[in-house]
Amino acid sequence: MKAANPYYTPLLDARYFQIVALAGILVYSQCCLSFGPNWTAVALAILAALAVQWIASKMVGLAHFEYRSALISGLGLCNLLRSDSAWIYALAAGIAIAGKFVFRVRGKHVFNPTNLAIVLLLLADSAWTSAGQWGASAIFVFALVCGGGLVTLRAMRADLTLSFLLAFAAIAFGRSFYLGDPLAVPLHRLQNGSLLIFAFFMISDPRSTPDRRAARIFFAALVAFVAAWIEFGLYRNNGVFWALALCSPLSPLLDRLAPASRHEWDGESMGGHLRRVLRLPGGEEKSARDVLNPM
Amino acid sequence: MAAAVALALAGLIYSPEIAAFCGFYVGRADARLFNRASRVVLARSGDRTVLTMASDFEGPLTEFALVTPVPVVLRRDQIHVGESAALDRIDAFTAPRLVEYFDGNPCETISYHDVVRSQNAEGVGGGNRVQPTAGQGVRIEARYTVGEYDILILSAEDSGGLLSWLSQNGYRLPPGAEPVLQSYIRQNLRFFVARVNLEEQSRTGYRYLRPIQIAFESPRFMLPVRLGTVNANGAQELFVYALSPRGRIESVNYRTARIPSDAQVPEYIKDEFANFYRDMFTRSAEREGLSAIFLEYAWDMGWCDPCAADPLSASELLQLGAFWAGTPGAASTFVTRMHIRYTGESFPSDIVFQETSDRGNFQGRYIMRHAYNGPAECAAGKEYRRSLPARHEQEAQSLAALTGWSIDSIRARMGQNGPPPERAWWQRVFQD
Repeated sequence: MKAANPYYTPLLDARYFQIVALAGILVYSQCCLSFGPNWTAVALAILAALAVQWIASKMVGLAHFEYRSALISGLGLCNLLRSDSAWIYALAAGIAIAGKFVFRVRGKHVFNPTNLAIVLLLLADSAWTSAGQWGASAIFVFALVCGGGLVTLRAMRADLTLSFLLAFAAIAFGRSFYLGDPLAVPLHRLQNGSLLIFAFFMISDPRSTPDRRAARIFFAALVAFVAAWIEFGLYRNNGVFWALALCSPLSPLLDRLAPASRHEWDGESMGGHLRRVLRLPGGEEKSARDVLNPM
Repeated sequence: MAAAVALALAGLIYSPEIAAFCGFYVGRADARLFNRASRVVLARSGDRTVLTMASDFEGPLTEFALVTPVPVVLRRDQIHVGESAALDRIDAFTAPRLVEYFDGNPCETISYHDVVRSQNAEGVGGGNRVQPTAGQGVRIEARYTVGEYDILILSAEDSGGLLSWLSQNGYRLPPGAEPVLQSYIRQNLRFFVARVNLEEQSRTGYRYLRPIQIAFESPRFMLPVRLGTVNANGAQELFVYALSPRGRIESVNYRTARIPSDAQVPEYIKDEFANFYRDMFTRSAEREGLSAIFLEYAWDMGWCDPCAADPLSASELLQLGAFWAGTPGAASTFVTRMHIRYTGESFPSDIVFQETSDRGNFQGRYIMRHAYNGPAECAAGKEYRRSLPARHEQEAQSLAALTGWSIDSIRARMGQNGPPPERAWWQRVFQD
């Protein structure tokens, strides 16, 4: 069982950092960049995320309304997804949250909620992503890295972010080395806001990635490899989103092959008795903590 | 004779002469205001692309050559020589526009009409024959004469061989081109090489070079700009007119910014719209450190408001490569005009694009309001007169902010339509 984080206090939950960081990026894009969602779309996305979370929680009989995760999904979508209809943002938020309740294996999410919504809407050709929108401004990149680093370290999933970034950077630099390109080419490829948002706020999601560290590192490297293959081999855009969606079903498999204790957002503050695994009607296994606070 | 090789977009090769801006295009905001601008039409649907490349090459035609990487070996019928007129039409249709409003009698209502213009323009022409021989790891995949161009499709094993083959065959590439060629070779790209065939050129009767068009099917949706930045002195200017049945086309690896729009500018800009547009663009591009792509127009081709030129007909769109245009049930064509000023530092990689489903409209539009000068003795009329100086000052300020022109010279140019000269503080006291 994972040792409880001795510095944990409920106020410093990683999700608060995540909410602040994502909201900061959203405000930055609204103030300083073209092509962000309008504020109606932002409001609709967040309201839809909260509403679906609340309704689904009631439907499955949860006592606890987990607004933070819903808020993170809503903000993440506003940062990454683009549509000219505000309602698509609401739909995306609905899909993201509903996906958490529908696609579950042993109490864990199969897909990252935001990633699932993005991929489905891209498939439906109802929206697009705007990977180039952030520019390559060094200051912004720096702020993002620091903010994101803080978030993932709090959630104890920095290993995912780091191994993904290292693997992706290795492939980008390796490819440029093979092609004989100057360093500016792979650096430009890595100075991409969407890539960093993905690395720090999406793949680092502890609820849809393997529990064991070695499995996480393998998973992150695999996502990086598939993303690079999609972008550099198939010449398709949005490689990271497709790659994560394609690899996500492996996460439950990796958990089965290499079991470890489950990440619990604020389990550290709770008594050990909550970590007991309950066997639910239908044979599903859940930790007691998941039953109380599953999303 | 060796063709001088200075590359702009995609390896459009120019002679070193720089055509000075002659002030001929006053009042128009078209691409030809910019010296040595490359113009490209990208028609894209699914994996199919039609690329139209035009340069404003001016000089002896023997000096013209174009080298651009292409993802596939093109057949003879995948290459075509287009018409400059079609390119000029789409340039005029998408150009930033000055809209003129006339204030009505404030005691009655306000009316307006638009003033926007389009134009035709020309380049220049001459030529030279290529005598290619394969060797040095260079393979001539195909050789065609299309219109006034001799065209080769080359593949190569390494850049050194390609470079020496090109130089032996009269193409002078700039120093520094080799690593870029090597990168393209390793990416399994072929090279499309075009020069002017003087005999064919004189037969066409055109005085200028017509744009070259190629059609191919490939998931790669990019513009190779790296060759063009190798020896460029200063920034390159590129206009991309992208056509898609889906919606706006945007770059995935560079930031897109909107050109400032909907600003109210002083009336005298009517005679200086060209200067205004050039300086405003320069200021906007510099503000972004030459690292952004500017969106100047995004619109459904079916209509416009106001129209800088009539919307292009289905046959004109077909000429520009929009292969879906005019087919029954086809979606209307969405046009995106992008304006890029870039250097090798600010654009280290080739520009990769994507189609989006964004059909939101945007245009670079500047507003000129003529004040009402007739009699207006009602209370609203007096109020209107009192409001004019503040409005004129606002116009002067926004013009200065957009272009970087000095506010004093703007005020001076505005003359009596300008804001009144600032009074010293004591003049409020001793007013006689």
